[in-house]
Amino acid sequence: MSEIRSRLVNGLFKENPTFVLMLGMCPTLAVTTSAMNGLGMGLTTMVVLALSNMIISLLRNIIPDKVRIPAFIVIIASFVTMMELLLEGFLPSLYEALGIYIPLIVVNCIILGRAEAYASKNPVLPSLFDGIGMGLGFSFALTCIGAVRELIGSGKIFGFSVMPSSYVPCAIFVMAPGAFFVLAALTALQNKIKIAGEKKGKDMSKIGSGCSEDCMNCGEEGCGRRKFYDTESA
Amino acid sequence: METVRDLLIILISSSLVSNVVLSQFLGLCPFLGVSKKTETAAGMGAAIIFVITISSLVAAAIYQFMLVPLHIEYLQTIVFILVIAALVQFVEMFLKKFIPSLYQSLGIYLPLITTNCAVLGVALTNVTKQYGILKSVVNGFATAVGFTIAIVILAGLREKMVYNDVPESFKGMPIVLITAGLMAIAFCGFSGLL
Repeated sequence: MSEIRSRLVNGLFKENPTFVLMLGMCPTLAVTTSAMNGLGMGLTTMVVLALSNMIISLLRNIIPDKVRIPAFIVIIASFVTMMELLLEGFLPSLYEALGIYIPLIVVNCIILGRAEAYASKNPVLPSLFDGIGMGLGFSFALTCIGAVRELIGSGKIFGFSVMPSSYVPCAIFVMAPGAFFVLAALTALQNKIKIAGEKKGKDMSKIGSGCSEDCMNCGEEGCGRRKFYDTESA
Repeated sequence: METVRDLLIILISSSLVSNVVLSQFLGLCPFLGVSKKTETAAGMGAAIIFVITISSLVAAAIYQFMLVPLHIEYLQTIVFILVIAALVQFVEMFLKKFIPSLYQSLGIYLPLITTNCAVLGVALTNVTKQYGILKSVVNGFATAVGFTIAIVILAGLREKMVYNDVPESFKGMPIVLITAGLMAIAFCGFSGLL
């Protein structure tokens, strides 16, 4: 039980994929025009993450090391396709709102990153809960960012008006540039915490180790180390 | 004439009006991660143009000649990502063996593109918009040119920004994101173009 709890806490707080590691920035910026869209994207990703983690962990001793990336991609892409068809059938409004970003969950670096770093090396149950924890962390972060953008950009949260009627919405926050500004504020906050922590001598290397770092030397099993057919490993 | 006009519209709208990074947020990782110097940014841009153009051609051909006749269009995501990932590595191996000079300048960027969302994004957009093979290739090329324009401009701005006095918390990524946001506002101006 403690293992399961530690995986959940790890995903939600210690290694929150968005707030701490800065992974999967493309969907984070693109779909957070409202809290609802952010939540929808987060939960869809969570389902894919949890199920693919589970299957990859089950097959971890069968998949040859050299072709592990294509194998992982096929597993992940299958679950994404299933989710896409389910959303199209049962939640058409969310399907419309998220559009092309649903199939693009395949290339979300959180999923392949967790498959490489955790699920391919650990037993089934912890892997499943690692996926759920990471997915919850991602959903939480996307909902927060979506809520902030929706509040400033249209004076609503989850579609309910919360600002007084005299409030003039700052529409740029629900448009593309607003996404960059909100993320800039978020990373500035991360930097502040990181600098303060380092002054106290704490290990802050996890903060911002994903997409905010140099792409070619990604700290998080990043794109640069991924080869379709691994010619280097034995 | 009609087709030429269509192609020109695709060219302008994909490269400027709905810019792949600044309005669709695809390919953000290399946009933020490889934009410290203008030369590396241009190299990344060239690699992206190369890969996206080839992969949109291959993806469109596979869609039209394999998935549609077999009525398995719903497998597009799986097929596209596998084909693209394999293609990128094949291109890398091919360049290494046969055109070493080009490999020297593009090779280091190719592994970064394997799971780049812009490449898969273009292939999927081509299907959603029901482009034929020619239009798909033009759309892919235009999208990649838009990416190159954006990343080279950002790299130029970052080179200048090194000398600026930025508040400590905003050093590094935050100020780059604010710059990108301002660029996105500027690119909004193109929306009147079509």
